[in-house]
Amino acid sequence: MSAHHEMSFWQKYVFSTDHKVIGMQYMFTGMIMALIGGYMSYAFRMQLAFPGHEVPLFGLVTFAKYSALSTNHGTIMIFWVAMPVLIAALGNFLIPLMIGCDDMVFPRVNRLSYQIFLLSAIILLISLALPGGGFGGAWTSYPPLSVEQQYNLTPYANFLWLLAVALEIVAFLLGGINFITTVMNARAPGMKMFDIPIVVWMIVIASILFMASVGPLVAGSVMLMMDQTIGTGFFDASRGGDPILWQHLFWFFGHPEVYVVLLPAMGIVAEIITTFSRKKMFGYKTVFYTTVATAIISFFVWAHHQFVAGIDPRMANIFTVTTMIISIPIAEMVFVYIATLWGGSIRLTTPMLFALSFLASFLMGGVTGIFLGATGADIFLHDTYFVIAHFHYTFFPIAIIAVFAAIYYWFPKMFGRMMNETLGQIHFWGTFISFNLIFLPLFYSGLAGTHRRIADYRGFPELYPHPNATEILPSQWAQDMQVIATYAMLVLIAFQIVFLVNFFWSLFKGKKAEANPWQANSLEWQAPSPPPHGNFPPDNMPTVYRGPYEYSVPGRELDYWPQNEPPAATA
Amino acid sequence: MSDKPIATTRSVTGIPTGRLAIWWILASEIFIFGGLIVTYLMFRFHHDHWTAEAAHTNTWAGAINTFVLLTSSLFAVLAHAAAERKDTERAFKFLWFTIAGAGMFLVVKSYEYTTEISHGFHMFRDVFWSFYYTATGLHAVHVIAGAIIMAIVASAVRKGKELQRVEYIGIYWHFVDVVWIFLFPLLYIAK
Repeated sequence: MSAHHEMSFWQKYVFSTDHKVIGMQYMFTGMIMALIGGYMSYAFRMQLAFPGHEVPLFGLVTFAKYSALSTNHGTIMIFWVAMPVLIAALGNFLIPLMIGCDDMVFPRVNRLSYQIFLLSAIILLISLALPGGGFGGAWTSYPPLSVEQQYNLTPYANFLWLLAVALEIVAFLLGGINFITTVMNARAPGMKMFDIPIVVWMIVIASILFMASVGPLVAGSVMLMMDQTIGTGFFDASRGGDPILWQHLFWFFGHPEVYVVLLPAMGIVAEIITTFSRKKMFGYKTVFYTTVATAIISFFVWAHHQFVAGIDPRMANIFTVTTMIISIPIAEMVFVYIATLWGGSIRLTTPMLFALSFLASFLMGGVTGIFLGATGADIFLHDTYFVIAHFHYTFFPIAIIAVFAAIYYWFPKMFGRMMNETLGQIHFWGTFISFNLIFLPLFYSGLAGTHRRIADYRGFPELYPHPNATEILPSQWAQDMQVIATYAMLVLIAFQIVFLVNFFWSLFKGKKAEANPWQANSLEWQAPSPPPHGNFPPDNMPTVYRGPYEYSVPGRELDYWPQNEPPAATA
Repeated sequence: MSDKPIATTRSVTGIPTGRLAIWWILASEIFIFGGLIVTYLMFRFHHDHWTAEAAHTNTWAGAINTFVLLTSSLFAVLAHAAAERKDTERAFKFLWFTIAGAGMFLVVKSYEYTTEISHGFHMFRDVFWSFYYTATGLHAVHVIAGAIIMAIVASAVRKGKELQRVEYIGIYWHFVDVVWIFLFPLLYIAK
């Protein structure tokens, strides 16, 4: 193990089976896809604010292009940014380090998982360039729009889009099985079930949740592909099929998917909050059981996406109730985190700021979800900008804010250098304020009834509402909201340059990081920064003596107590 | 990179990692086939005329295939038992008996498909037939994949290597069997 010979560049960075390298491959692919997805949102937001004008660096956004942009923005941000960065990159990097091990139990399966993922990303990008343009039937891909070429007008992209999503699912099934078996079987000696850091639990539970929810969608994708290519009629009502069936299969996956990405984000925040409030986590087991409860309940809420799809109203009532129930465990988790902060010696570092703002913004997303989960309110709010704003108040904290928290927190471990704190704080405030300025106006706009799927309002004055209008009149007000949101988005993008500068400058020129710069307990901080191949010395693999959150233990000189420090060495 | 990571040598649960992984793979497969079968059932409850369509599936061919598949599973068990005793020759032989069972299953299946199609019961006739070909086709893909992997395992076993894999492929093979046990009554018997 220790005797590793010289490896070529290709062996070391491209065809590596080392979990850290694969984690970085996922992270950088995810970052590139995030830039593409962000660029798409720039183009269509400019069109919404200034309809019909040429968008700088893009050109004219036609209706077909608008649909393709918004569809692929959603698809990319969920399947090629949130999933790879939150689960695959952090899971790969952190799991073996945090459980005191040198690699995954199936390193070559791990490499295969990334290669399939990369292939899926390439297929999706190719689909954008083919004749007809990118697929424009929304990330939910409802038939008949996603099947019939005379409706979607994208002869190749609708199939390639589905193929790319299917391959991405395969990549994550392989990765998920690896995560689960590694945590089950390869933990350090002495690490019992409740000594595992919360973020590892969250990634494992998310992997199981993904596996259980995606199965029916795999079957559904096969059916949809056959409808598209050889002409079966599974989802064609005129030939005995049922288009609503796809909606059930999709949302049976789609809603648990929200928790698949939420749980790792919650885990990241748990690690950061305990480290920077120097306090034992309030209720480790509560968080664990709550997570399991969330995962189970998430299978019984899917039809709340279909209240206006013509489902049985009695069924809608049941799903309203289950949707209200699932907000309880999530609220409980947030309370546990706040209780952890209570009375701690809080250090407001950049990762801590991002973690705290995650709680605040996700809370907004959760509370507005109550409105959409109730049938009566949803029938009014469905397909308005209220839904867009609600969704982004849940998803932006998960996929962007929590990811930034994780990058600022684990950067010293990943690359052995510290990130610049001042630039980090500037980046935080710029991101957090401008994010709120994008989506707060959209809540108001949506409440007034602005419809979400219209590329150019000038053609639909009757759908152009005013909040105080007694009759429906075209109004400048809804357009003003769009303009505010678009300007805020430009500011948001501008502040990401600060992040990129900080990231790449620190990568090469940053201050050298010590092994444990945050004085944290979990095992990854006991390995050198960056950890060498094999992570820990092979003749001195860590043994675990206690849980990961023993901060400020009375009677100890140091306010932290690494998991692998033998009890005899008590200071 | 030939030296194995320490991770692959650990077994905290006491269960070999390979066996754990196989069970998790089967768990994900259960959700895929489960989704397909539940969808089929929901359709079937709402379409009374499917009974008339289902009357044209070949119950005898299905019954013979059930028998063939169950027998091949017996050989998979015998191969495992032989591998436990480190009897590589017999394990190799029984693995190939299992593969022969898979081959016979596929022969009967192709006979079935050709007669159905030549009598006009093709995939585009009705959603029932779409389900029939999708479900049995997806199952047949699993049979083919299992047979190929079994051949690879068999050639390693003959050289006395990776004997634990006989058990893993056996577990998978039983799963393929169980899926068929669900498909047979749903598509062939319920008329």
